[in-house]
Order: sequence, then structure tokens, then C-alpha cells
Amino acid sequence: MLDKNQIAQRIAKEVKDGYYVNLGIGIPTLVANFVRDDISVEFQSENGILGMGPFPYEGEEDPDLINAGKQTITALPGASFFDSAMSFGMIRGQHVDLTILGAMEVSQNGDIANWKIPGKMVKGMGGAMDLVASAENIIVAMMHTNRAGESKLLKECTLPLTGVACVKKIVSNLAVMEVRDGKFHLLERAPGVSVEEIQQATEGDLVVEGDIPEMKF
Amino acid sequence: MINKTVANVREACEGIDDGMTFMLGGFGLCGIPENIINELVRRNVQGVTCISNNAGVDDFGLGLLLKKHQIKKMISSYVGENAEFERQMLSGEMEVELVPQGTLAQRCEAARTGIPAFFTPAGYGTEVAEGKETREFNGKMHIMERAFEADFSFVKAWKGDEAGNLIFKGTARNFNPAMCGAGKITVAEVEELVPAGELDPNHVHIPGIFVQRIFQGEKYEKRIEQLTVRKK
Repeated sequence: MLDKNQIAQRIAKEVKDGYYVNLGIGIPTLVANFVRDDISVEFQSENGILGMGPFPYEGEEDPDLINAGKQTITALPGASFFDSAMSFGMIRGQHVDLTILGAMEVSQNGDIANWKIPGKMVKGMGGAMDLVASAENIIVAMMHTNRAGESKLLKECTLPLTGVACVKKIVSNLAVMEVRDGKFHLLERAPGVSVEEIQQATEGDLVVEGDIPEMKF
Repeated sequence: MINKTVANVREACEGIDDGMTFMLGGFGLCGIPENIINELVRRNVQGVTCISNNAGVDDFGLGLLLKKHQIKKMISSYVGENAEFERQMLSGEMEVELVPQGTLAQRCEAARTGIPAFFTPAGYGTEVAEGKETREFNGKMHIMERAFEADFSFVKAWKGDEAGNLIFKGTARNFNPAMCGAGKITVAEVEELVPAGELDPNHVHIPGIFVQRIFQGEKYEKRIEQLTVRKK
């Protein structure tokens, strides 16, 4: 079973040379730590920066330089700043190559829910609805089950949706899956996790074809 | 040169009234019009609608207005950092309209550029689409969103000149440019106000035509919401 850093490490393998990438809050933010340094990638934060760099050194933080998680960051050589309308123009206009975000639930047709638990938690969707509605390439980073052990990969989402039929790939603590033709397709297992364990943890239809390899990092 | 300067924040906020709709720039606590927010608290304007991406934190930014129950309705994309906000929303004391962030920005941009409505795919198939016109373009479903209407736009820039030209710094730019000229009156507070001629016109982000009043803020706290650093 993978921890959060290992999920991020596996997703980092999906980041290709020349990609502009938007990282969501939580596990997706960690992906930046694992991207190979022999490829050129720029991270976009939707509050208005391309070319986002690591956290600043102690004492060098700038209140006017933050990411979408409101954390202090730095700007790398070649970075640019822009306003929110232009930022979402980039996203809506499909100029961002890859979007990586978290989810509370994903359904087998690619619906995603990650912004609201009725009566319990309403924080707002932020930029997530714009991102999932427009991005061509969406990878979800998530835990396969909730704390009670119930599957978060479902036939149909139970929570209010963020977007419909948009998720293409999921990397969970148990597996890598593709969403295609209204079903989850198992591609890789986490080290030491069996196909049966993944099937048990998946409420939605899971297609298993041939031998499923263990993930490599 | 048409001079847009006013003496101070009190003069800049002339004409604000109970029940009005305000747009306020900023993302989290970054790039918010601190001096204007303090003035809105001081004047104790009541029953206002605020269009702002976030609602501040409990003791800073728009959180100050929330604490005094001055806000009737909040239009935002993300309000997760504010416990008092969540309490007023869940108890029904305050009305809340949650809007996808890109749609929020574009509804401001549309208002300032004379576009009454537009189509976006964001929110299609979700509760955001309820009651809205939908239409297919290029095989993809979109929903119609309308431009905002506001009495005042309150924005914060890094530098500005007497003509109302504005330059923003870093990610403090965020929603501020899209709100300039989106409300009936745009008030800009800046860290540094300079005479006309001192800003290079090549570097101006927002031309003064979108700004009616400009003043230099008395002081800026620029509070950091999430301090994240690495060791040297």
C-alpha cells in the first residue's frame, strides 16, 4: 500500500517533457518533488503564476507570492504572473497539459466529487470545476477507501459532483486505474497488494485483463 | 491627464451605503484592499453583498466584516479558511453563492468589458448549473453565466499614478484587474502613489480609464496565511 508521497511519486511518472501542469491542494502538491530533473516542466497555480518554484528559504518569504493553497512560494527563472481571468483562460482554453487533483469520490464513468459534503462541509469548489470541465488530461490522486473502509471508487458518486465524465486516470494507495468505456480498468498494483484486495476495495466495475504488474517508481 | 486622486480612504469611500454590492480583489489574504476593508468596518455599512474569491480569516480581511454581521450575502469560490463564515452560512444568517473560480473571474471580466453573459463548461452537470441555460458547442455542453453587477469595485495595486494607472506585484494581482471597471465606481488603493509620468506606460497593467478614485493606503499588514519555508 502506498503512502501519500509514494502516490505523488507514481503520478510524477505521468508528467512529460514540455508539459504545463496544474497541481491541486494536498497529495497533488507533492508531485512537484518527484518530477525528473532532466525534463522541462512548468507548474501553473491558478491564482496567477506559471513557473512556480519551491518554498522560499526562511526569511525570504514574500506575502505577495503565494500558490492556490495560500502557501508562500518562489518564482523560477522564466516565470510569469497574470490575473485570475487570464489564468482560467489558460485552463478553459486547454493550454494546460495536465491537471492533477484530489477527490472524495470518483465514479466509473469518470464523474468526480470533491467540494462538498451536504450538512457537514462546504468549503467551495475553488477552481476545481473549471479545471475538470476543461482539462483534456486529468489524473486523480486519492485514497482507495475512506476511514471506515468504504470504497471511494463507485458505480455512481453519492456526493454533489464537481464535474461529469472527466477523470481519465486514478492513482490510489492501492492501484493505478484508467477510466474508459464506463468502467475502471486496472493497470498496475501497489507493491504487495493483490488484485483481489483491489477488487474488494472497488465498488464500481473493475476490469482486470491479463497479468497486472506491480508499480515501478 | 485626468486626475483620479483622493486624499484618503474616507474620501475614497464616499457614497457607499447599506445594501450595496461590492467587489473586492484578493486571493486569500494576498492583494486585498486592507485599508478599504477597515473603512467599511469603521463605517459599519450594513446588509452588503460582497463578491470576493474568499472571505478572509476570522480576524483579518473580510472576516472583520463578517464578525460584525455586516454581510448579507457572500459570492465566492472558496471559503474554507473561516470558521465564523461557516457558522453564519450553516445557520442561515448569511446567504452564500458559491461560484467556480474561473467563472467568478470571468463574470467580473465580462462586467468590465460590456459582455452581459457567456458560456462556460465549468459546472455543467453539477448543482452550479441548476436553473441556468445550457447549450452545446463543438460537441461539449456549456452553461450560461451572467456578468456581475456591482456598485463599487475595491481593488489593491502595488503602484499607481494620479491618472489611475495601476501596476500589480506577484500573485497579489489575482482578481484585482478583472474587477477594475466592473463596478459602477472603482476605487484603487496602492502601496505607492506617484505623479503622472513616473510609471512607464509599457508597464501599466490596468489603464486609468477603469479607475475612478485612487489613494495611497496608510499602512499594509500583508498578513501571510500559510507560511511555508525551507531551510537554507
